[in-house]
Amino acid sequence: MKKVLLTASAAALAVAASAGVAAARDQIQIVGSSTVFPFTTAVAEKLGQSGAFKTPVVESTGTGGGMKLFCAGVGEGTPDFTNASRAIKDKELASCKEAGVTPVQIKVGFDGIVLANSKAGTTVELTKEQIFKALAKNVEVDGKVVANPYMTWADIDSALPADKIEVLGPPPTSGTRDAFVELVMEEACQEAVEAANEKACAEIREDGVYVEAGENDNLIVQKLEANPKAFGVFGFSFLDQNADKLQGATVEGVEPTFENIASGDYGVSRSLFIYAKKEHVGVIPGMEEFIAEYTSEAAWGPEGYLADKGLIPLPEADRATQADEAKALKGMGS
Amino acid sequence: MTDTTLSTGPASPDGLHTGDAAKMRLRARYAAEARFKWLGAGAVALAGFFLLLLLSTIVTKALPAFQQHYVMLEVDLSADKIDPADPRAANFLGLVHDGLGNEFPQVSGRQERRLLRGLVSTGAGVVLREEIEADPAMLGGTHRIAVPLDDFADLYLKGLLAKSGPSQRIADVRVSGAGDEVALGFADDAIMAMARGAGAVEGEGGGLRLTSGSQSFLLRIAGGTVKITELSSREAGGAVGKGTVLELLERSVETPADATLRTIETAEADRKITDREIVWLDRLAGAGKIENRWNTLFFFTGASREPELAGIWGAVVGSALTMVVTLALSFPIGVAAAIYLEEFATRNRLTNLIEVNINNLAAVPSIVFGLLGLAVFLNWFSLPRSAPLVGGMVLALMTLPTIIIAARAALRAVPPSIREAALGIGASKVQTVFHHVLPLAMPGIMTGTIIGMAQALGETAPLLMIGMVAFIVDIPGGFTDAATVLPVQIFMWADFPEPAFQQKTSAAILILLGFLVIMNAIAVVLRKRFERRW
Repeated sequence: MKKVLLTASAAALAVAASAGVAAARDQIQIVGSSTVFPFTTAVAEKLGQSGAFKTPVVESTGTGGGMKLFCAGVGEGTPDFTNASRAIKDKELASCKEAGVTPVQIKVGFDGIVLANSKAGTTVELTKEQIFKALAKNVEVDGKVVANPYMTWADIDSALPADKIEVLGPPPTSGTRDAFVELVMEEACQEAVEAANEKACAEIREDGVYVEAGENDNLIVQKLEANPKAFGVFGFSFLDQNADKLQGATVEGVEPTFENIASGDYGVSRSLFIYAKKEHVGVIPGMEEFIAEYTSEAAWGPEGYLADKGLIPLPEADRATQADEAKALKGMGS
Repeated sequence: MTDTTLSTGPASPDGLHTGDAAKMRLRARYAAEARFKWLGAGAVALAGFFLLLLLSTIVTKALPAFQQHYVMLEVDLSADKIDPADPRAANFLGLVHDGLGNEFPQVSGRQERRLLRGLVSTGAGVVLREEIEADPAMLGGTHRIAVPLDDFADLYLKGLLAKSGPSQRIADVRVSGAGDEVALGFADDAIMAMARGAGAVEGEGGGLRLTSGSQSFLLRIAGGTVKITELSSREAGGAVGKGTVLELLERSVETPADATLRTIETAEADRKITDREIVWLDRLAGAGKIENRWNTLFFFTGASREPELAGIWGAVVGSALTMVVTLALSFPIGVAAAIYLEEFATRNRLTNLIEVNINNLAAVPSIVFGLLGLAVFLNWFSLPRSAPLVGGMVLALMTLPTIIIAARAALRAVPPSIREAALGIGASKVQTVFHHVLPLAMPGIMTGTIIGMAQALGETAPLLMIGMVAFIVDIPGGFTDAATVLPVQIFMWADFPEPAFQQKTSAAILILLGFLVIMNAIAVVLRKRFERRW
């Protein structure tokens, strides 16, 4: 027994020591946004299936967390790509530069954010202003900024159902929430609210009407099924995959469909990006092939496998320029 | 009081124990005992009920994931399709699609073909390639090959996507016209009532329209299928209607013929599979070309974004590798620390401080160990990210306090007489501990280790920081390969939008439970072997 124990622990320590001088990494590492995660993983799997390279490891760290890891420096210990559900911020780009990292930006497609409810519920048509009135912490009533008094949809507009407002959505840590706030709440913000406090536009009510349902969008889908009067805020791909159970509310008269988001008619959509580390190309095997796979028509085209997963493709001309720039490895700020 | 009893002689025990008050007290005591017994039994029953409820929901949800439907296709592997000199370069998925296309020669048009291709998994090409690699002799001929169906087709065949109504015979149906739209004639208008019951919309002039929001009426006649779209009664009796041809009729139906009406109760708009796909699948199933197989892919492949290809083996291997590292580090170190603290260390302020800190460590939230792992193992030792080695080391840190505390308790429980006897016949302190005390304490130490390891097996939080919460397809081959573990796989599958992943999630939970049972069984067997009685 004693001998077995000693050998086992000695072996473990030996492995630990030898791993310290790890061989050159031959597997791509990708971090970043959970919104882009389902698409990047699909591309990673395709690259692995080709048989020439190991399948890249994709982590879902959130856009901000991904940028931090990505911009930490150059070397095997740092990731080669990061997913982002927004463009890189100036501050992040500066920190990247400082660490000697040149990011190559590739815009891969769009994602729509939808307000959806169960098919058993009523179909509604909303404007951004109505959504703002339903969800903002402070709203303007009779020229005064007050805590949001609206409790039913009919309070906002008599044309809407007289049901209690109940919206399940992502918590503040989520990129979907950031985008939703930016594209709906801030855009439809009432002047009086903005004048009173600049940050008030981004504040979502905390009186139990808006329920933070966690990062797991599947959970929101299940809760909506159980409660036909509730609405949920999540990415289009979840509406797409659950089209048999859910219906999306029209926003500003536009239905959240694949075509409407692709054409830009649907107002609540954002661009999705991946960033490649230029310094790692040629060092970590497979990076160029990964970019080529991601930017191929078979992947990000209107009939590619990413569209099946819910990614809304870029217009054709944009795809061509993005693919060219990606292949040329056009670094940012260089 | 005492005086009076004294004056009347010694208190009669009967008076104290048989009086009315005494009987009441006795009854109250018995009642309390009975109550406690019932409450205890109730608590056990409640716990058992919830356990049963939990297990039965997981098992019923998981069962569909253990099977997968395959379609048998004739695939042409001749030299002009696959270059025998370089078979890897062939378009394997294209070959599978061609094989499927040959089953349905009448399907034309780009959209329709795309829909048909969607019936087989996008991983079918990889399955074909692997089969050819395993048996290169297949090259050069046409072979019958089983490829997995797409997740939605598979869910439909499992009956989880659409509810089928009963099929019934309808006599004397006429079909006239050619092309995609045909006119229908029915001998009696019973079908009108059926359509009304199926949610058809009333149109102008008493007609009915069957839309994507109502049930689907699929009419099988003359070897083809027509979907009824419009119906109206005829004054002369019977009914007429219009239909869309979903599957080409083999012959025209000039004279009235018998037909079979198949209803799909779930409206087309409410399901992720179209009537056309259902017709194709029914045709394949009718021809015996669809097989429901034991889902070997689930057990023996790594993760995937396609539910029909996703497997658990990568996570099982990752968990096993991680647990090996955890055990190899935490068990010897933990037991050694416990022996030193319990048997050799002198009691002073320092050992007291260590003891308090070990107890505190056992209560530290597990994510903190992940942060420590990130700072020390990844950033300082520069060990690889996402590796089971680092995961095992982090989990070993987390498990150590549990093992030390359990081992110390086990050592303390060994009767002092054993030590004294050993010392008495001249054994040294080390001999006493290793020959007598430790073997006797081993069963208790093992129990503590099982608890610690079981805890470590279910952890995801500490692994988040060191990159093991990731999408990893390749099955890890060693301690430094990228790997993930079972609970992470469960978490990730629960998060994917495809509905078929819900069953996979439950199935993965069952695998995790199975893994735990096996791990514990090994520990129990070992414990039985080492157990000594005195």
